Amino acid sequence: MTSTTGPLAGRRTLPRKYIPVLVTAALFMAMFVAGGIRYDGFATGQIILNVFIDNAFLLVVAVGMAFVILTGGIDLSVGSVVALATMISAVLLQHGWPAYAVIALVLAIGAVLGLGMGAIIHYFEIQPFIVTLAGMFLARGLCYTIGTDSISIEDATFTAFAQSRIELGGGMWVSPSVLITAVVVLAAAYVLHYTRLGRNVYATGGSEQSALLMGLPVARTKIAVYTISGFCSALGGLLLSFYMLSGYGLHAVGMELDAIAAVVIGGTLLTGGTGYLLGTVLGVLVLGLIQTIISFEGTLSSWWTKIFIGLLLFAFILLQRLIGARRR
Amino acid sequence: MSRFLRHRLFWPAVILAALLLLNLVFTDHFFSVEIKDGHLYGSLVDIVRFGAPLILVALGMTLVIATGGIDLSVGSVVAISGALACLRISDLGDQNSTGGVLGAVVLALALSLVLGAWNGFLVAGIGIQPIIATLILMVAGRGLAQLVTDGQIITVNSSPYKLIGGGYWLTLPFGIIIVAAVLALTAFLTRRLALGLLIESVGGNAEASRLAGISARGVLMMVYAFCGLCAGVAGLMISSNVSSADGNNAGLWIELDAILAVVIGGTPLAGGRFSLSGTVLGALIIQTLTTTIYSIGVPPETTLLFKALVVTIVCLLQSPAFREKVFHRRGRPTSARPAAEEKATVTA
Repeated sequence: MTSTTGPLAGRRTLPRKYIPVLVTAALFMAMFVAGGIRYDGFATGQIILNVFIDNAFLLVVAVGMAFVILTGGIDLSVGSVVALATMISAVLLQHGWPAYAVIALVLAIGAVLGLGMGAIIHYFEIQPFIVTLAGMFLARGLCYTIGTDSISIEDATFTAFAQSRIELGGGMWVSPSVLITAVVVLAAAYVLHYTRLGRNVYATGGSEQSALLMGLPVARTKIAVYTISGFCSALGGLLLSFYMLSGYGLHAVGMELDAIAAVVIGGTLLTGGTGYLLGTVLGVLVLGLIQTIISFEGTLSSWWTKIFIGLLLFAFILLQRLIGARRR
Repeated sequence: MSRFLRHRLFWPAVILAALLLLNLVFTDHFFSVEIKDGHLYGSLVDIVRFGAPLILVALGMTLVIATGGIDLSVGSVVAISGALACLRISDLGDQNSTGGVLGAVVLALALSLVLGAWNGFLVAGIGIQPIIATLILMVAGRGLAQLVTDGQIITVNSSPYKLIGGGYWLTLPFGIIIVAAVLALTAFLTRRLALGLLIESVGGNAEASRLAGISARGVLMMVYAFCGLCAGVAGLMISSNVSSADGNNAGLWIELDAILAVVIGGTPLAGGRFSLSGTVLGALIIQTLTTTIYSIGVPPETTLLFKALVVTIVCLLQSPAFREKVFHRRGRPTSARPAAEEKATVTA
């Protein structure tokens, strides 16, 4: 049975279930220190904050993905829904809609798309991979149907979100998107670890059959996680349009793989039932720090960048695996 | 008749037939196949010819998925294999020398096999989750392919190499012959020998099959290596068909089409059983869909919407739950269904 109780204070030995997350955190710190030794001006707090600023949208999407993966499902549609969200907001703002109405509508569209996919997955018993793949084609196709060119956003509210800085003291700052992301992460962590829905998510992922026999609302849970993922993708799309100030059908291509990678690097099993949201946050940070290291490296050609990302990812996962395995 | 209706491949076959009939409405003589200059021509032949790389990739993917894994790196392997072969051939003094081309092809295939085995090592040796293990090669491999081609498109002018993807042999397109050979070999190895059973048992429960004396690691290594090899052959076909190698775009997103083909063909992603004929049917449906999109003139912006629609319809029709709920067919208890299906696969 997957336990979702809070931190077990007062125990001497570390519970084994925290080891993947701790190993990930330790390796992240090691990577940060290694970067600080290798590059000048790397080991500052602002670098970490920049990782959050540049990856706020990915973090929100990964949080939604974590819900889905915890139930043992997968959502491939997230990248396309992000692109669709940027596209719809850009077009509607161009037509003079008020910014907050656009935001509300985009979030609703994302949630409804997720709800639809969840309902098909549950009621018609089709594999999530395929349903969300069709959802991916659908959302990407809708983007191209709306328009094939990049549309820039000039709305005052969106620009304000994009350009305002929130000073944290000591010369450090974050964007409003990071605050929104922090709220999403905290809310999601609360839901997952301290509410009935969260326990149902873990139970469904642990064994759907057992959850059903225990009388848990499996149908509602499964549909809820895809709705949450759709909502998070739409929110991620809004954050991306704050970041890019444009809507484009080719935004966020392949982002679903980044989100899945972040969740899995954070120690969540794709089979469902095990993992923590903190791990997902760490996973996004690891991916973001790899990007930062590459930008500090500077002179890499685009193909060496890809090879280097692959190597760093490999080294990270290998170490995580070896250290995690030895402690057992 | 009802046994026929309940056959696993009945609904995919109906979809394929419906797509082909749709083509017949829009294109005259769609079904006509003729022999010109000793070569077989016709729209149906083209579907199989252009679908050949997808069928190959999907075949390798079927075995990987049967073990409960997944291989995201096939698109990158497709690009690497084509790039390496074209690079070697472009360095040859005489691009038409059969020996030189053969050497390049063998080298490219050997590298594909090694890359596949690398995936297998990560999954079976180190125990990384397949989706992440193969994601590493998917990202790094795309970079490798661009490194091989130096970010350019390498063009070759070699008639022996052209044969693989664009040539004819005994009136048949050579690509179809390759696919038929690989399919026959795979079917023989997995359905006539015990190999298929071993793969399915590893997919059902790797730990239990290891305790039963099956070398689960060996089986995993083998299926990933085989999947890499299939992707390598597909890469040669794709680059040979256009006589050039493009490290950026060759085989881009082919992994999604391949996985789709496998699942449409009735192989569950959870592993434990597989259907080779289903996969071939699934790949043909996807290729026919692409052909249909061109022949009925769907505007390019809505291509993906059309694809989403067809994929959804195919999956809904294949879902027993959907058919029961919508068509109100004789309400068999749902719990009896999985057992009945499993029995059917053993005989297949």
